[in-house]
Amino acid sequence: MAEAKAPTSQPAHSRPLSPHLQIYRLTWTMVMSGMHRATGGALYIGTLLLVIWLVALATGPRAFDRVQWFMGSWLGYLILFGYTWALLHHMMGGLRHFMWDFGKGFEPKERLMLAKGSLVASAALTLLVWVVGLSLS
Amino acid sequence: MAEFALPKNSRMTEGKVWPKPAGAKHTTDFRIYRWDPDTDENPRIDTYTVDRDDCGPMVLDAIIWIKNKVDATLTFRRSCREGICGSCAMNIDGANTLACTKGIDEVERKGVVKIYPLPHMPVVKDLVPDLTRFYAQHASIEPWLQTTTPAPEKEWRQSHEDRQKLDGLYECILCACCSTSCPSYWWNGDRYLGPAALLQAYRWLIDSRDEATGERLDQLEDPFRLYRCHTIMNCANVCPKGLNPAKAIAEIKQMMVVRQV
Repeated sequence: MAEAKAPTSQPAHSRPLSPHLQIYRLTWTMVMSGMHRATGGALYIGTLLLVIWLVALATGPRAFDRVQWFMGSWLGYLILFGYTWALLHHMMGGLRHFMWDFGKGFEPKERLMLAKGSLVASAALTLLVWVVGLSLS
Repeated sequence: MAEFALPKNSRMTEGKVWPKPAGAKHTTDFRIYRWDPDTDENPRIDTYTVDRDDCGPMVLDAIIWIKNKVDATLTFRRSCREGICGSCAMNIDGANTLACTKGIDEVERKGVVKIYPLPHMPVVKDLVPDLTRFYAQHASIEPWLQTTTPAPEKEWRQSHEDRQKLDGLYECILCACCSTSCPSYWWNGDRYLGPAALLQAYRWLIDSRDEATGERLDQLEDPFRLYRCHTIMNCANVCPKGLNPAKAIAEIKQMMVVRQV
């Protein structure tokens, strides 16, 4: 089959590129796609938190106490709260992708509802995890 | 890596404010992207005031009004004025659409309508983008019937059910609204085929009469050509014909899986 060729008819060097992100009105599905990628990126850093915690655990009681102290501070809580949300939001995005892989959830109302729903669900689940977690501690 | 900022020669400047029509009671301001290939200047945004009582209801009516009555140099493509030719595709109020089927009242915000060319494309002049690559991508999926069995004496027959599978696909007018609304196409348009070409690819993949299904899928089995679709869904949101390229792409991905099992 044929290859798609780049334009060769006119010198493109002087032609401006039309504006894109600068002028495009954000849509729900577009923003949620971006957030799926952003939270996915954040999880790399979030996983480091887990590694730090485990390494401290293996190192000894003093190192572990220090990490526990930091994670228990308001800044630590904030970071852990953000990590929880990123994890759950990415999971909701993953579920959407799972559904799409079966060819479902593409109709106008469905895709809008799924986009909004993933945000609401991730926020609600994050709060639930923290309420349960804090009440058990 | 995607380049989010515009190149230096593409950054827009504030342009000319054209005189308001005298005695007009009901007006709308149109802020329109201008670029003249005959000068070295950057693109600019010109402001035109349209007398709504002297002009039709659609955005295309307004820009034709401007071209006829205010500024004859304003350049854009248009032909059928009824949403079947796809010529007047442009970015209106932040979304791609056809100027001829979009009512001014639908896109007017605080008395202003903003118009740009289709996003992330080389500009030929004003609202006219260079669609050469877009057309080449459509050609690359070989959008015609391919068969190996000898041609029948009359037409290739198809059941009503099989014919119905083409509904929602064959209606594409190749206006490029979908492909140029897709951030993935913005960043990887040189290698990703984009929603319009892929919708047409699917239109031939599921045609019961076509016998090149395997070769067509082989051609699409590529990390970029097909799999740069991240279901951002701007394509389906903007299609002026109400088609759903995102869904067609998902169906192609499913065909890829099905043929492996």
